[in-house]
Amino acid sequence: MTVHPIIAALKWHKAGVLLIVLQIALTLAIVSNAIFIISQRISVIQRPTGVVERDLFRVSQSFVGAPSGDDPASLDKLDALQLADLGILRQLPDVQSVAASDGMPLQGSIWVGGLALTADQKTPTSAAGLYYGDEHMRSTLGARLVAGRDFNAGEILHHTINSTVPSPVIIVSQALADKLYPHGDALGKTVYLDSKPTVIIGIVDRLQVANASTRPWVYMSVMAPVRLDGVNANYVVRAKPGRLLPAMQAARKALFAANRMRVMPDSWGIQSLTEIRDKAYRADRGMALLMGLICLILLGVTAAGIVGLTSFWVGQRHRQIGIRRALGARRIDILHYFHAENLLIAGVGVVVGAMLARGLNVWLMTQYEMARLPVTYMVTGVLAMLAIGQVAVFVPARRASLVPPVVATRAA
Amino acid sequence: MFGYYFDLAWRSLKRNKVLTALMVLAIGLGIGASMTMITVLHVMTADPLPDKSARLFYPQIDPQDMEGYTPGKEPMDQFSWIDAMNLLHARKGSHQVAMTGGRVTVRPPQGESRAFFADARYTSSDFFSMFDVPFLYGGGWTADDDDRQARVAVISRTLADKLFGADHAVGQSLRLGKDVFRVIGVVDHWDPVPHFYDLTQGSYHKTEDVFLPLETAMALGQGTSGNMSCWGHGGFPDPRNMKNANCVWMQFWVQLDTPAQVQAYREFLVHYSEQQKMLGRFQRPPNTRLHDLMGWLDYNHVVPGSVQLQALLALGFMLVCLVNTVALLLVKFLRRSSELGVRRAMGASKQSIFAQLLTEASLIGIAGGIAGLLLAFGGLWIVRHQPVEYAPYAHLDMAMLGATLVLALCATVLAAMFPAWRACRVQPARVLKIQ
Repeated sequence: MTVHPIIAALKWHKAGVLLIVLQIALTLAIVSNAIFIISQRISVIQRPTGVVERDLFRVSQSFVGAPSGDDPASLDKLDALQLADLGILRQLPDVQSVAASDGMPLQGSIWVGGLALTADQKTPTSAAGLYYGDEHMRSTLGARLVAGRDFNAGEILHHTINSTVPSPVIIVSQALADKLYPHGDALGKTVYLDSKPTVIIGIVDRLQVANASTRPWVYMSVMAPVRLDGVNANYVVRAKPGRLLPAMQAARKALFAANRMRVMPDSWGIQSLTEIRDKAYRADRGMALLMGLICLILLGVTAAGIVGLTSFWVGQRHRQIGIRRALGARRIDILHYFHAENLLIAGVGVVVGAMLARGLNVWLMTQYEMARLPVTYMVTGVLAMLAIGQVAVFVPARRASLVPPVVATRAA
Repeated sequence: MFGYYFDLAWRSLKRNKVLTALMVLAIGLGIGASMTMITVLHVMTADPLPDKSARLFYPQIDPQDMEGYTPGKEPMDQFSWIDAMNLLHARKGSHQVAMTGGRVTVRPPQGESRAFFADARYTSSDFFSMFDVPFLYGGGWTADDDDRQARVAVISRTLADKLFGADHAVGQSLRLGKDVFRVIGVVDHWDPVPHFYDLTQGSYHKTEDVFLPLETAMALGQGTSGNMSCWGHGGFPDPRNMKNANCVWMQFWVQLDTPAQVQAYREFLVHYSEQQKMLGRFQRPPNTRLHDLMGWLDYNHVVPGSVQLQALLALGFMLVCLVNTVALLLVKFLRRSSELGVRRAMGASKQSIFAQLLTEASLIGIAGGIAGLLLAFGGLWIVRHQPVEYAPYAHLDMAMLGATLVLALCATVLAAMFPAWRACRVQPARVLKIQ
């Protein structure tokens, strides 16, 4: 089939061709960028936390009328309240292990510290999210230790968040270790956490900071051997396999039975990591879904436009089609003609669309935190648009192919 | 004349129901999606205090040491205790207020076991008059109460209802943590959107339930909340020592009624910075800002990028729907060339054919607008069920409702211009001959 007659015929329909080209171009530009944004959201949602998420839950509560923690005596009282809670949780039949831990991946609030290699370094080498907890924290969370050792019971301090007492030892995530010591010799080194010296005694494979941030230091975590004393006390609990719900219910009941003077809201007092993950990413999921829906409708609208215009052309060229059939063209030739015509128009549309998509992407990069649109997205988008065009044109093209040759003999 | 056009349009639309439905749907979808997102944007960029926002200002000063100093960098966006108090007591504006957020444990009279957290605001006395806070009962406290660290509290209507019944809350004792306060006022429903006076809590945070005098709350060590940034090597301060810490954690607002006052205040901020530098407290050269309320919201980018992106996407979507409408209208009008040719031959002018086609388009536009409105209601319902902090405010008001219909109508008529122009260019002789 030669292209020349197709182009010649289209000259009679400049406006219609232009509109289809425009529509395909705009759709490609919008959809490829939107799908790219969606995929970025999804990759954020799917990134691992580094802890074993199944059967893990968090207890977050405050003591009512608790001592202030201003002096050593009242600090000890606060700590005793917390130790009592930990003891109660540990005795529950469905509970495997319990730890004092202020943080939990994805949970939301986060303590941030700066890590430096020397005492007088002006700007820290890296920011890091801090997890304060006792010697059971790492094992309960299930973060995999790849080098060094856990805290031992003797190393655990207890004080308020505002204390200036330094932690002599810390465990860091692999990402942080690599950032501080790119040659892989971080274990045993002395570093400065908020200008105070401390020794790296362990490295965990991976540990996400305690919120769903997308900042570059999302895997830069530090575990400090501190039971944080305060009005708020938070624990992480690992239930025995498959016993998560009973363990959570039992924990609530047991804690209230032991001490009524506490606030532990129904909505977030005790929640599993699954719930926490769900809440942390709900907005991202909602946006991805909404954008996906809009893209789908957009493709539908574009397809409808192609069907509408091509149907019109088929109607207009009824007689010409009849003449071609009378001169020996087979049905399949007519079908091919309209498919080829659509491929030509859509081809121009996707070329313009690809340029528009690139332009839109560049503009979005200047306005928002956005990465460069990968070529694979563009190619997939182009192929998808061409395919949609071919599918949409099939119905009118089939109708055209059914025009009987006898039409040619009828008077105009 | 119009009645006749209307009649023709109606017949024509009825003749090809699928095409008509397709056009109405395309416009409806475009309008529905874009109005949903525009409404969200409209709500989020609203002026929280329309009567007063032009007279309320948020100053900024730069109290940091020379470490990390780069000239021209924006100064910090909160205040240390000392600076907030200095500006407060300087009384250079008509009103000024220093404040911070907090969280209190409310111990209800119904029993200790039902204790719960509430968001609180610790503020100096001008807060209520400056921000036109509506009182249901009682009122705020005086500057004197604040200085004396009086144990008084103002609570929200919701909290008053929950604890005492709003009607007899004034005069009751409110137990917060280990301290007892006397309720002196109940605030009626007041929920400025955005939560402009303290954006560190989240731009669309709900109004606090408990208001306490700043000095009282600090003296009793009620817990503060919000962002805190510190400099130097002190680390985070001890809660008892917050007043002297090299940290910013307070918000400060000033009411300036005339341009002269604004100018004077700008000069005052520079002068204050110079003076503090001479005293050795500040090290950097004066670096001050004075944003009015809307300017402050803008500076803080209160509208999240994701919402802007969604609005852009919706507008792009509407553009495609419009191009689609142009294409479908072109088909519709050109298909009727012969009919239009007859009308032309019988003496109808080009203008009247044009008018007739536009009437037809406006019918489609109105139908599309109504469909879009229904979709926008649905879309906003979905937005309200999203777990985002601005969700409760996503409602269509009368202005937006009218705007939706007008937008749909204008967009469709605009889209019909080109097809109608093409259609009335038909040569009557030619189409008549073909028939």
